[in-house]
Amino acid sequence: MLLREGQIRIPSGCAISGIMNRDGEVFSGHDIIRSIALMHDRSNGLGGGFAAYGIYPDYPEHYALHMFFEDDQSREATEVFFNNHFDIEVGGKIPTRKTVKITNAPLIWRYFVLPKENKLVESGLGADEYMARCVMRINSEYPGAFVASSGKNMGAFKGVGYPEEIGEFYKLDTYKGYLWTAHGRFPTNTPGWWGGAHPFTLLDWSIVHNGEISSYDANRRYLEMFGYRCSLQTDTEAITYAFDLLLRKHGLPLHVAVTALAAPFWSALARMDDQQKALVKAVRTVYSSLLINGPFSIILGSRKGFVALNDRLKLRSLVAAEKGAFIYVASEESAIREVCAAPDKVWSVGGGEPVIGLLKGVDQL
Amino acid sequence: MTISNASAVAINAQGLYYKELNEKIRAALAAGAATVRVHSVNGQRYIGTGLSGNASLIVEGTAGNDLGAYMNGLTVTVYGNGQDGIANTMNAGTIVIHGSTGDTLGYAMRDGEVYVEGSVGFRVGIHMKEYQEKVPVLVIGGKAGSFFGEYMAGGILILLGLSGREGHPIVGDFCGTGMHGGVMYIRGNVEEHQLGKEVKVVELDEQDREVLGKYVGRYVGHFGGDAGEILDAPFVKLIPFNKRPYGNLYVGV
Repeated sequence: MLLREGQIRIPSGCAISGIMNRDGEVFSGHDIIRSIALMHDRSNGLGGGFAAYGIYPDYPEHYALHMFFEDDQSREATEVFFNNHFDIEVGGKIPTRKTVKITNAPLIWRYFVLPKENKLVESGLGADEYMARCVMRINSEYPGAFVASSGKNMGAFKGVGYPEEIGEFYKLDTYKGYLWTAHGRFPTNTPGWWGGAHPFTLLDWSIVHNGEISSYDANRRYLEMFGYRCSLQTDTEAITYAFDLLLRKHGLPLHVAVTALAAPFWSALARMDDQQKALVKAVRTVYSSLLINGPFSIILGSRKGFVALNDRLKLRSLVAAEKGAFIYVASEESAIREVCAAPDKVWSVGGGEPVIGLLKGVDQL
Repeated sequence: MTISNASAVAINAQGLYYKELNEKIRAALAAGAATVRVHSVNGQRYIGTGLSGNASLIVEGTAGNDLGAYMNGLTVTVYGNGQDGIANTMNAGTIVIHGSTGDTLGYAMRDGEVYVEGSVGFRVGIHMKEYQEKVPVLVIGGKAGSFFGEYMAGGILILLGLSGREGHPIVGDFCGTGMHGGVMYIRGNVEEHQLGKEVKVVELDEQDREVLGKYVGRYVGHFGGDAGEILDAPFVKLIPFNKRPYGNLYVGV
């Protein structure tokens, strides 16, 4: 039997990359694959994945459920849940390419759905919350079924292998999006399995992460109070839910969310002006359990754009660049130059300093 | 590999895996090349790592991680930016970068000189060391990120702030945290709160001016500029309070 997170420890780095066109112009997955492939040696073949935004223009208002099933039995059981809770517009296998390198793939399906009207009304929830709760239920109560992504006009494509192999497997060169993020995994502490590959997603949010979070249990316990179920026992999952809580449920502006997760040191706080000090102090106090400790560089993707962030002690490398409407972030500068030889601007990103890429006309994620 | 004359060799690194590239560089040096020029480099790691001798290695493109790590000699000139871990535990030689670099430049460096025209990332010059006549030197034309010279045990760090990200200070926070040896010279001023608890600011004396003059002169030799003008600004000298700041950490008091 495959050992999952928590049952095995593999001590061991990672690679992340993100490309966005701020005008919303779509481009194929070709460039993001080349970018992440350049950092091949930062991964070890135990996980690779991509998040793509703007890829389903034919179903922009449907939730696109990307699913992994261990077998037909788990698929059929889960589809009963789907039929009870959703109106399924269309469902079927996600097209994949047979490749030599990718083996032991689960059943990979995709459903474009809307919440069932009567169920939604009965629940008294908004559509997003309804969907989020359904995702939590499937991941924790349906053995052998795993939601890879659940947002609108976006999808996560991930698995066990090197990222460039995963990209080829999922035919990402045939999709077009305006924002792509990618991850090459070198598992720290936990095994490589299809559901455990990055990105980790919920609704429109996706996270790719290089690092290790030592505050995982404190973060998890806090998130569980708001109904999140951390069923995958990975630190990255908790970051995804933390952003969902702060940005979607609590409606906080992005800079406040960043302050909560990568809070300034108390020593830095002492030098702020009174108004800022009061604000940062309040955020640190209210959300002290969401402070993320440990080394990390992450890219949070959403339909409106992305934010890339380093831990406040700057324990992981992160480089950003701009060229016209394009904005790039990656673990290494060469991964950007591979797809953009002469950026207008390149810079090393500081600890706790967010790099924000937003679609034109949008001012919040 | 094309051999243009007996002692100069050019290598195209386009699409080459780092292992192959470094094998070619080693082969060229073993065959007696005095100059090896590697062009179209993009992210290949370990260029110049562990190499000895007096040859000149020219790198065109974005040099990958650990350029010149454990290097024992050689003059490496990079036309482009460098990434992380350049001059990691370097023993001897010179690295000249016509661009900027990433994090942990000069980590645990033991001797030799590194000149960076632009800015550097985070944790630069950490745990540099020195022994008798072996004194490593890092000269940076732009700005540096946080943890500059953290746990520094020896050597010379010179930070000029001639360029760099607008709106950012010449050096980030936690400068010299845990420093217990060596010296830093920072052009202009450093805010008290940016310094680690283990460093103190002292006035420069004649000997310091001499050291600065020598290395700023070499910086200008590599990248151009007016040494007199650069040296004319005030400098801050940082040294550790104590050679063993943690000597009493686990001792009962």
